[in-house]
Amino acid sequence: MIGSEFVPLSLTPLLIGIFAAVACALPGNFLVLRRQALIGDAISHVVLPGIVVAFLATGVISSWPMMLGAAGAAIVAVVLIEAIRRLGRIEPGAAMGVVFTSMFAGGVLLLELSDTSNVHLDVEHALFGNLESLIWLDATGWASLLDREALLGLPVELPRMAATLLAVAVFILLFWRPLKLSTFDEGFARTLGIRTGLLGLALVIAAAVAAVAAFDAVGSIIVIAMFICPPAAARMMTNRLEHQIAWSVVFATASAIAGYVLAGYGPLWFGGQDAVSAAGMIATVSGVILALAAGFGPCRTRSGAPQGG
Amino acid sequence: MIRDALLLQLGYNATLVAIGATLLGVAAGVTGTFLFLRKRALVSDAISHATLPGVCLAFIVMVALGGDGRNLVGLLLGSALSAWVGLLCLTWIVRNTRLAEDAAIGAVLSVFFGLGIVLLTVIQTMSSGRQAGLESFLLGATAGMLWADAMVIATGGALTLLLILLLRRPMTMVAFDPEYAAARGLPVTWIDLAMMGLVMAVTVVGLKIVGLILIVALLIIPAVTARFWTERSDRVVLLSGLLGGLSCYVGAALSASAPNLPTGPIIVLVSFGFFAVSLFLAPSRGVLAAVLRHFRFQRRVHLRQGLLALAQGQPIYERLTNRLLRRAGLVRPDGVATDKGRARAAKALRDERRWQVIRADQAYEAAAALYDGLRDIETVLTSDQIAEVDRTIGGPRGVPA
Amino acid sequence: MTVELAASHGRRPEVVVPENSPLTIRGLTVSYGHKPAVFSVDMTVMPGAMTAIIGPNGAGKSTLLKAALGIAKPLSGQVRVFGKPLDRQRARVAYVPQRASVDWDFPTRVIDVVVMGLYRQLGLLGRLRASHRARAMECLDRVGMTDFADRQIGQLSGGQQQRVFLARALAQDADLYLLDEPFAGVDAATEKAIIGVLKSLRAEGRTVVAVHHDLATVRDYFDNVFLINAAKVAEGPVDTTFTAENLQAAYGGRLATAQVDQLAQVLA
Repeated sequence: MIGSEFVPLSLTPLLIGIFAAVACALPGNFLVLRRQALIGDAISHVVLPGIVVAFLATGVISSWPMMLGAAGAAIVAVVLIEAIRRLGRIEPGAAMGVVFTSMFAGGVLLLELSDTSNVHLDVEHALFGNLESLIWLDATGWASLLDREALLGLPVELPRMAATLLAVAVFILLFWRPLKLSTFDEGFARTLGIRTGLLGLALVIAAAVAAVAAFDAVGSIIVIAMFICPPAAARMMTNRLEHQIAWSVVFATASAIAGYVLAGYGPLWFGGQDAVSAAGMIATVSGVILALAAGFGPCRTRSGAPQGG
Repeated sequence: MIRDALLLQLGYNATLVAIGATLLGVAAGVTGTFLFLRKRALVSDAISHATLPGVCLAFIVMVALGGDGRNLVGLLLGSALSAWVGLLCLTWIVRNTRLAEDAAIGAVLSVFFGLGIVLLTVIQTMSSGRQAGLESFLLGATAGMLWADAMVIATGGALTLLLILLLRRPMTMVAFDPEYAAARGLPVTWIDLAMMGLVMAVTVVGLKIVGLILIVALLIIPAVTARFWTERSDRVVLLSGLLGGLSCYVGAALSASAPNLPTGPIIVLVSFGFFAVSLFLAPSRGVLAAVLRHFRFQRRVHLRQGLLALAQGQPIYERLTNRLLRRAGLVRPDGVATDKGRARAAKALRDERRWQVIRADQAYEAAAALYDGLRDIETVLTSDQIAEVDRTIGGPRGVPA
Repeated sequence: MTVELAASHGRRPEVVVPENSPLTIRGLTVSYGHKPAVFSVDMTVMPGAMTAIIGPNGAGKSTLLKAALGIAKPLSGQVRVFGKPLDRQRARVAYVPQRASVDWDFPTRVIDVVVMGLYRQLGLLGRLRASHRARAMECLDRVGMTDFADRQIGQLSGGQQQRVFLARALAQDADLYLLDEPFAGVDAATEKAIIGVLKSLRAEGRTVVAVHHDLATVRDYFDNVFLINAAKVAEGPVDTTFTAENLQAAYGGRLATAQVDQLAQVLA
C-alpha cells in the first residue's frame, strides 16, 4: 500500500481519521471518568440540527458558519439538559434522551422541509461522513509533501482537523490540574477556588468542538465511538490518569489506521470489489479493542478495597 | 388535509399505519415509564442502535438463501436478535469490568451502529442491495409502505401492548420498589429481563415507523412528561401511555398529510411539544410553579429570620430581609421596628422558644420532627399543648425597640 | 457576643467579627428543596482550638460545613473567614470531605492525591519540583502512609483513604481545618493517628473544626462543641456546653436510650 497511490489516495484520509479519533478520545477520557460518557452521544446527535440551521441561515455550505452552528447547538443542548435536569428534577440520562432526540428530530425535519437537493447535505452523510473522498489529488508521491504547490491542494479538512486536535490538546494540557482535581473531587476543587461549573462546561465545549470538526470529515458515528471506546479501553490498561490518556491516544490511532485499512482493503481480501464505510469500520475496530481490553486488560476490574486495616 | 389525516381519511394503508403507530406509542409510553423509573432510560438507546447490524445481516442471509431481502418479518427478527446480543454485551461489561453503565451504553451503541453501517455499505455493493432501502430503518418511513408491512406493525403493536397488560403488575412493583418486590418473592431479575424484552419489542416494531435513532424518544419523552403531572405511580404509567399514543397518532397522521414529512421526527417533535408544555406549566413540578414557590419560600425564610433578629436585638445583615420587613410594615424606613413588627417579633421568638421546649421533650417527638424553622407551631400542637409548653417558659417578654 | 441595636439603621451593617475568629457565621440558612437543612445559624469559631459540630443525623452538620466553604449555596446569611469573605481567604482554609463523597476508583496514586493539596502553590502550569514532592511525602509521613505513596487509591482501606485525605489537607498548610466526619468508619489505629495529627495542628496554633458523630469521644478530643439540629442549639466550651440538657435539646427523642446511658457515664 505504500505505493505511489498511497500519498494521494490514502495519506490524507488516514491522517484526518487519526486526528479526528484522537481529538475525540482526549476529552472522552474525562467524560468517561465523570460518568458523562453519553454527553458525547448527545453532542454528536445535535450537531446535525446545528449544521442545518447554519445552512438555512447563510444559504451556503460553508465550513465556518456550520462549525459555529454545530458548536452553538451543542452548547444549547448541554444547557437544556442541565436546565431540565435541575428544574424538572429528572435524572440526567432521561434529560439527555429528551433533548438530543428532539433536537435531532428537529434537524431532520428542517432538512426535509428545506430545499437541499442541490447541496451535499443529508442525514446519511451526517452519520457516516465521507472519509474516503478526502483525497489529495495534487499529490504525486511522498515528494509532494515538500511541494508548496501541491500542499495548497490538500483537502481543507486536514488542516482544520489538525488545528482542532491541537486546540483540544492545548486545552487539556493547560487545565490538566483543575480538570483532574475536579473530576476526582468536585467539592474539594471548589474549596480551592476552582470554578468547577465553568470548567465542566469548558470540557463539554472542547468535546463539542472536536465532535463538530470530526463530524464534517468522518460523520457522527465515529465521534461517539471515539469519545467512549478508546478511553474506556484505556481505563482497563492502567490505574494512572496520565497513562490512561496515553493509552487512549494509542487506541484511537490504532482504531483509525486499522479501521481505514480494513475498510479499504478488507473486502478485496474476501474477493469483494468495493470498499466499505471507513467510519463504520473504525468504530467497529475500536469496539474490538475495547472487547480485548475488557477481556484481558490488567486493570479491567475494580480493585476490591480490603475492609478495615 | 390535516383534518382528513387526523380523521383517518387518507386511505387504508395510512389508517393502518396510524393505528399501528398509536398502539406502538401506548406500548412505548408504558414500557418507557418502567425504564425511566428504574433510571435506565438510555439503555434503550443502546438497544435501538444495536438493531442495525441485525437488520443488515438478516437482509444478507435472506438474499443468500435466495429470498426477498426486504421481508419485514425477517428483518425485524434479525434486528431483535442483534439488539439482544447488544443487551448481553452491555450487561456483561457492567458486571465484569470497572466501566460504569453510561460508558457501556455508549460503547455498545456506537460499535454496533458502526458495524451496522459497515454492513450497510456491504449491502449497497451487492447487486440486489441497491434498492434495499434499509436506510429507511434509520429514520423511519411510512410513505408507500406495503399493506403487509403495515399489518405487521399494527399486529406487533397490539401484541406488545397485550404483553404489557399481562406484565404490568409485577413490573410496576419492581420499578417502584425492587427491594420490596424481591421481599414479596417476585423474581426481580426475570421481570427486569422481561422489561428489556418489551423495550426490544417496542424498538423492533417502531423501527419502520420512527427509525432506530429516534425510537428512544418514544420510550423516554412520554414517561418524563407524565412524571410532571402526578406523583402516583399507576397514573404515571397510564398518562405516559396516553401521551405516547397521542403523540404517535398525531405524528403519523400529520406526516401522512404531506409528502415531505418524515414520520419519526414529527412524532418526536409532537411528543416534545407535550413535554415542553408540561415542563413549564405542570402544577407542582413545573418550572413556573417551582420558581414561584422558591421566591415565596425565600421570603418566608428572610421574614422569619428578620423577626427573630428584631426580637433578639441582633443586627440584620441581609438587604433582602430589611426590604421585606419594611414592605410588610414591620420596620420603619429608618430601620426601627413598628408596633406591629415588635408584636410579630415577640411572637416569633416565643414560638422559637416553644419549639425548643418541644424538641427537647421526648413526649413531643413526632411534632418536633416537623421543625424546619418556618412551620407555625399551631399547626403541630393543640392550644392545650401550647399552654402546657408556655408554663415551662414563663410569660411573654418585652422586645427591645 | 457583640450586640447591636436591632436594625438600628437602614444600611446593611457589616458583620462584626469577634477578634481573631477564624470562622464567623451569621444568620445562615441553607435549604435543599423547601425544607431548611440549616436554619438561621450563628457560629463563632474560637482560634487555636478544636471544635466539634454535633447533632443528630440529617441535622445539617455537613451542610453547615459546606456552606462555610462555599460548596453549598445559602439562602441567606454571611460567612467570614478570618474576618473577610471566603473568596479572599481560600489559601488559609483546608477541607477534608467525607470519604464517601468521591469515587475511589479514580485512576490515580496516593501521592498524586496529596499533591492536589498543593494546587494553590502550583497553579495551572507550575512545575512539580522535588521540593513539592518532598512536602507531599512529609504530609504522608505525618499520617503514617509513606509506604503507600505509589499505591492506586482504590486499593486502600477506608481508614487509609481517610488518612490520605487528611494528608492532602495538611499539604494545604492552612490556618483553618474543616473536616467532615473524619472518624466515620475508620479503624481504631487510624482514629488514633488522625486525632494525633489534629492535636498537633492545634499545638501549632491552627484551628480545627470537625463534624463529629461519636458522642463518647467528644470530651477527649475537642475543646469546644457546636450543637445543631437545623437551628443552633448551643455553642461553647465542652465543659459547660456538652451537657445532658443541651444534648437532649439537640437530639430530642432521637437520642437512643443506649446512647443516653453511655453519655451518662461520660458526663458523670
